[in-house]
Amino acid sequence: MDLMSKNTEIQLAHVRSILDTITDPEIPALTINEMGILRGVEIEADTVVVTITPTYSGCPAIDQITDDITAALAKHDYLSARVALVLSPAWTTDWMSDEAKEKLRQYGIAPPCKTSLLDDSQEDPDVTVIVACPNCCSFNTQLVSHFGSTACKSFWQCTDCLEPFDYFKPI
Amino acid sequence: MSASAASTKSDLFTYTLRQADNSMVLCQRLCEWAARAPELEEDIALTNIGLDLIGQARSLYQYSASLCDPKVSEDDLAFMRDAHQWTNLLLVEQPNGDFADTIARQYFYDAWHLPFLEQLTRSHDTTLAAIAAKSVKEAKYHLRHSSMWIKRLGDGTEYSHQRMQDAIATVWPFTKEMFVADELDLRMLEAGIGVDLDVLKRAWESQVVALLISATLTKPIDSEAITGGRQGQHTEYLHDLLAEMQVLPRSMPNRQW
Ligand SMILES: [Zn+2]
Repeated sequence: MDLMSKNTEIQLAHVRSILDTITDPEIPALTINEMGILRGVEIEADTVVVTITPTYSGCPAIDQITDDITAALAKHDYLSARVALVLSPAWTTDWMSDEAKEKLRQYGIAPPCKTSLLDDSQEDPDVTVIVACPNCCSFNTQLVSHFGSTACKSFWQCTDCLEPFDYFKPI
Repeated sequence: MSASAASTKSDLFTYTLRQADNSMVLCQRLCEWAARAPELEEDIALTNIGLDLIGQARSLYQYSASLCDPKVSEDDLAFMRDAHQWTNLLLVEQPNGDFADTIARQYFYDAWHLPFLEQLTRSHDTTLAAIAAKSVKEAKYHLRHSSMWIKRLGDGTEYSHQRMQDAIATVWPFTKEMFVADELDLRMLEAGIGVDLDVLKRAWESQVVALLISATLTKPIDSEAITGGRQGQHTEYLHDLLAEMQVLPRSMPNRQW
């Protein structure tokens, strides 16, 4: 490896470690990397290019995330950083790791199941999967509404502990 | 640029704009329910669907704007055009009416929008295909939600059944326009960019008939199609909607939050 590419490698690792401190404003328990929002980091000439993708088309957090990225990088003297937004491939909850899903559960949000488990021939595939209550782990839960506190969540209730909770919709 | 490339670009602009206008107008209608829906969960649901639609509209307006010469912005397209320049379907501009009317309008649109987007994911235009691939996931939830309400109200009490049946009759004449292909639709289909509205019509009809039966509702008798939205001939309701939506950017141009 020549010196130039070695420097780039070191710089990239540094940038990634900075990006690992940036969380989703709506789900502060997870970083944008754990959410699968962060799609890539490149260094083009002197510019750091960070590629991100929105969870939902109308996700209001995406502008905040863009600002957070440029601010965090500027603090570490990456002044000419640029954030690129891509739509394709479309974001999927399958990009969340098992650790990330466990963090979600501990935060009080039921994590999404793998999208491959959804039976699209069903009129409402969501109610055919079993969603565990993040509070008491009971499987006796029911869908209250397809739409919860944000676009990415549906609203459920546990019929054992009676607590209402959000379920991260598998998409 | 050759003449045909220029005309393709202007076709693509209009084709994209039509989709953006549908999403934008329907979003504005749904947001009128904020703080007025029959229950809190529904308030949140309708405005969340609106949020998805405005997100889709923004992607589409940004793409339309990029195809425009001379240059315009997404905001110019949303806020600076008058009613006769809007190209949305008449269905989406119809007033909210009661909750059953809103659900009927939403269901007929969702049952059209989802297969429209599914076809568009295979478009030769990679930007439209990418926007569609993103939107399709959202539209699935919209359709699930409106279908659930059609069933719940149609197969509910005698009273809710009658109100739902009346709402379907009110909205029905505006559904025909969704399947009327004009010259632009045919050129876009030919180019491998656009959607086949005949295929879409069959998918829509089988989905709608099945749901109405399971909701114990009767399919209204077909009437003459009411059209004109995509040519800028709108019902009076669009004027009021735009007046409210555009007043701020028009009275204070270029203001920022
Ligand atoms: Zn519980």
